[in-house]
Amino acid sequence: MTDAIMNSKPDTAEIRRPSPGGERLKKRYAAERRFRLYGLCSILAAGLMLVFLVGSIVGTGWSAFLQTYVKLSITFDAEYLDPAGTGDPAQLQNADYGGLMKKNLRDNFPEVTGRSDKRKLYNFVSPNAGYVLRDMVIADPALVGKTLDLWVKASDDIDMLTKGYVDRTEAEDNRRVSNAELAWYDKLDNADRVETRFNTDFFVNADSREPEEAGILGAVTGSLLTLLITLLLSFPVGVMAAIYLEEFAPKNRWTDLIEVNINNLAAVPSIVFGLLGLAMFLNFFGFPRSAPLVGGMVLALMTLPTIIIAARSALKAVPPSIREAALGLGASPLQVVTHHVLPLAMPGILTGTIIGMAQALGETAPLLMIGMIAFIVDIPGGFTDPATVLPVQIYLWADSPERAFVERTSAAIMVLLAFLIFMNFVAVLLRRKFERRW
Amino acid sequence: MNSFFLLLVVIGLSVAGYAAGRARSVLAASGDVRILHSLPSYYGMFVALGCGLPAILLLALWLIIQPQIVEHMVMAGLDPSIMPQNADEYSLMLTDIRNLASGNAVSREASPAIMAAMERYQSLQSVGFWTMGAAVVCIALLGLVWARSQVSRSFRARNVVENIIRVLLIVCSMIAILTTVGIVLSLIFESLRFFARVPFFEFLFGIHWSPQTAIRAEQVGASGSFGAVPLFAGTMLITLIAMLVAGPIGLLSAIYMAEYANPKFRAIAKPMLEILAGIPTVVYGFFAALTVAPLIRGWGESIGLDVASESALAAGVVMGIMIIPFVSSLSDDVINSVPQSLRDGSYGLGATKSETIRHVIIPAALPGIVGAFLLAVSRAIGETMIVVMAAGLAANLTANPLEAVTTVTVQIVTLLVGDQEFDSAKTLAAFALGLVLFFVTLGLNVIALRVVRKYREKYD
Amino acid sequence: MSKTSGSSASGTTPKMKGDKVKVFYGEKQALQDVDLEIKPNEVTALIGPSGCGKSTFLRCLNRMNDVIDICRVEGKITLDNEDIYSSDLDPVQLRARVGMVFQKPNPFPKSIYDNIAYGPRIHGTASSKAEIDEIVETSLTKAGLWEEVKDRLMEPGTGLSGGQQQRLCIARAIAVNPEVILMDEPCSALDPIATAKIEELIDELRENFTIVIVTHSMQQAARVSQRTAFFHLGELVEVGDTEQIFTNPTDSRTQGYITGRFG
Ligand SMILES: Nc1ncnc2c1ncn2[C@@H]1O[C@H](COP(=O)(O)OP(=O)(O)O)[C@@H](O)[C@H]1O
Ligand SMILES: [Mg+2]
Repeated sequence: MTDAIMNSKPDTAEIRRPSPGGERLKKRYAAERRFRLYGLCSILAAGLMLVFLVGSIVGTGWSAFLQTYVKLSITFDAEYLDPAGTGDPAQLQNADYGGLMKKNLRDNFPEVTGRSDKRKLYNFVSPNAGYVLRDMVIADPALVGKTLDLWVKASDDIDMLTKGYVDRTEAEDNRRVSNAELAWYDKLDNADRVETRFNTDFFVNADSREPEEAGILGAVTGSLLTLLITLLLSFPVGVMAAIYLEEFAPKNRWTDLIEVNINNLAAVPSIVFGLLGLAMFLNFFGFPRSAPLVGGMVLALMTLPTIIIAARSALKAVPPSIREAALGLGASPLQVVTHHVLPLAMPGILTGTIIGMAQALGETAPLLMIGMIAFIVDIPGGFTDPATVLPVQIYLWADSPERAFVERTSAAIMVLLAFLIFMNFVAVLLRRKFERRW
Repeated sequence: MNSFFLLLVVIGLSVAGYAAGRARSVLAASGDVRILHSLPSYYGMFVALGCGLPAILLLALWLIIQPQIVEHMVMAGLDPSIMPQNADEYSLMLTDIRNLASGNAVSREASPAIMAAMERYQSLQSVGFWTMGAAVVCIALLGLVWARSQVSRSFRARNVVENIIRVLLIVCSMIAILTTVGIVLSLIFESLRFFARVPFFEFLFGIHWSPQTAIRAEQVGASGSFGAVPLFAGTMLITLIAMLVAGPIGLLSAIYMAEYANPKFRAIAKPMLEILAGIPTVVYGFFAALTVAPLIRGWGESIGLDVASESALAAGVVMGIMIIPFVSSLSDDVINSVPQSLRDGSYGLGATKSETIRHVIIPAALPGIVGAFLLAVSRAIGETMIVVMAAGLAANLTANPLEAVTTVTVQIVTLLVGDQEFDSAKTLAAFALGLVLFFVTLGLNVIALRVVRKYREKYD
Repeated sequence: MSKTSGSSASGTTPKMKGDKVKVFYGEKQALQDVDLEIKPNEVTALIGPSGCGKSTFLRCLNRMNDVIDICRVEGKITLDNEDIYSSDLDPVQLRARVGMVFQKPNPFPKSIYDNIAYGPRIHGTASSKAEIDEIVETSLTKAGLWEEVKDRLMEPGTGLSGGQQQRLCIARAIAVNPEVILMDEPCSALDPIATAKIEELIDELRENFTIVIVTHSMQQAARVSQRTAFFHLGELVEVGDTEQIFTNPTDSRTQGYITGRFG
């Protein structure tokens, strides 16, 4: 009806009314649905990528928490350990356990004769298996001369075979496990002499060239030492800077400059901080390379902006009325801050600090610059010992060609993510618990 | 560790100083603390600061200066036969001595003269340390005694303590500035040394990058070319791919979260994006190299394309995934700060939600969104681990995302990790690249932060 | 200018009608059983103390409350005897017929031209540039803004003064050619001169549109409206000719309010 009247109007300056319903409205709603769908798909795509990422890490990494052991009959041959029969602990300490292990391998597989086959056989178990024998003998010298059935850690290739990463159908040249080794393995397997156990060594060893011996404790210790330095430096400095900027600083050009500066520092690429550490701390001040001390200092400079920004917003959230009340009672400005404002802002500051620490824990690039990338087999004992950190360990292992290191890389990532999830969880709890509505 | 122990000693002394100052003030007030100018704890703090502050300052200063002095003395006392001839040799030898002293491996055979220098280095170090220990403890004790002697009824301990703390606060807030200054100075200083060997314009506009200079010192700078254009191009290619992934997905996610999602959906989707943001970049790098690159290569081969195993595409896509939460959370903030009245105005005219979003909200939020994208670009340019692990080392000048390219950050890492030759053009080139990286990202950040801030002010 | 309001033929049939309208924000009830008729080509003023539910009722009339998640509307509201809350009536279409002007001027951050053209474009009532140009000019003219802005149509609408912005918003609403225009305290953010201009404009617009206006000022209600409804604590207390309400209210609460004893 409306349209009829409208259309009959000769007056061109009249404005037409939208027709009710009709094609156009349908189209508009179709566009609406499409747009909404794009948005939903985007979020789902992001979610799928996350699932894919985590899935691929867990999928390749879970098996690293298991380790293959083979049961061999081991004779603690006195000829190798203590030919003179002295029972001298020094003699037992320095005996040829490697030779003993080899001899036992030969005895367990008497069919192996050729030189190259023998060499393969020696690689059947972890090269460190001899040390395990040594520790047993030193703990109990009465073992000398006895024969026992022992579970011995298999080498990484055999471990991969057990976990099904070796394709038996492939040509022998293309696989890391030869036919002969397969035969030995099957023989043991048929005798129920192969089993996988929880891989404790992964958690208590430091890095090693041998995948089956490599563990994360060295890197985790390095990370903890580094983070400790980071925390000790960035927390007090960050909080004090925030207090000054938020509570005391006059509003002028100078404080504006500091503010802009902090915001920019927060967005400077992390590798630039590494260059700073290299040029300043190592080359100029001559601090030791690869040390958690320097790593911690670099990361502290990096997390400082995060902590300052978080602390400032926590301080800002404390209502001015509380300051006025305390000032009205005759407290000095510093007392107002330390007695009233800071305690109220502390949960927020701590949340920000934990998040900053989590970032620092995952940081890799700047630490490469200051040499925390060395291959380090010892667990660092102090702040100036050469050390590496968990993310760098991941980077190093990711570079190793062995299949066994791939699963260890993924496993190390899982450990790193576990730490991060834990820290963020604490931060969320803290926020929930102390969240205040003024 | 030893200096750490010393620090603990000083802290212990300060605690003792606190107790002493407090006790003394109570004594001075003959038990009636009301007649004191300040609370007893302020007298305690005053003495603690008087004891600890000078001692810690001395400790820090000593730790910074001692190595310089010791090194100078060691090098000056070297056997004349092996006296280094130029700066390069000097620092090389110094590194050797340092490494020997700390029991690390050294690059070449240590001659007896070097060994002698090393022993001298060690003995000077230990003498230095013991002197430092004595000096620091002395200063701490002196400070304690002096500060304690100041304590009296009318001494304005609170004002003094508060002033000291105020100065401390200012010093702390200066550290941010000092960091920036430190970054700029160290990058410029090392870059200048680089540009003394390689002409500035050759670096900036040269199209050939192969920094493999010879190992020996005499040949430094003799070969190798440092035209960084392929690196800039590679960085831009990967950044572009990353933004093509992260831009639309991040922005659309933000729009969906801000305008469509109900609280329940948001409660799941938001943390999910936060998790994506919290994953360390080394993990993304591993994911790119282990999973995504072979996947893309496989797809490419199945449709007959030749894909490099370290293609720019793989690194770019994974970097895009990493940046999605960055784009989405910044855009989410920006979209949420568009006032409701504009939405009402549009709905009141009979616009649908998507029309309102496309024609009103996005144009209104555009400056903020642009700022967010600039920050994301700056983030992508500076990202290191993903490209180190998934992009190549070959400096190809190409726009084909299926080929391998290298980036600025990759080259910085490769140049500086591994066998270090101090002062070679190779290592210095890393700082020149770092300088470019710093100023480009700084420029992007300054512009972006300013745009975003202007935008915020508009709708405050 | 000619009358366009299609259903204005019979003077007594209401343009819009509320029947036992209840509104809840979550648990809280904001309106209780409001029955109100809006007559065509008249200005109806809604008055009452702050928080009594005037805006709430107004926003029900073009379903702007749909935008608020926690808001729930019960009862029946009709436009030309059509239930506007029925499922086959589309809110987007409804809002094209019942336009709205808000308390604070809210021009889009676009040019003046694009502000006006926005409605016709999304509804597809004009397709060619010439048609849109025409609508822009007509609407701005009707809103009495044409002379002031004709030379700077491409400048941002946010650059105008407060009063001009509000007239721009009215022009923007007119450009869709609605049947009813809802105005929520359109002058509360304006100075007296700008207010006078808008009041004049409202009086002119009455010829072509049905207008419902919420106002804080009783003088304004008296000046511009033909009918006045008084709300109090979520209830419609009294409705009648403006003359009658202001000279001879039946309810003591209305009496109290207009004599300034509360509110
Ligand atoms: N979006 C909302 N959410 C919750 N309560 C609301 C909302 N809008 C209005 N109200 C409540 O509804 C009541 C009526 O508000 P309103 O219609 O805005 O009053 P008026 O416009 O008459 O001043 C008030 O008590 C107000 O608190
Ligand atoms: Mg209102």
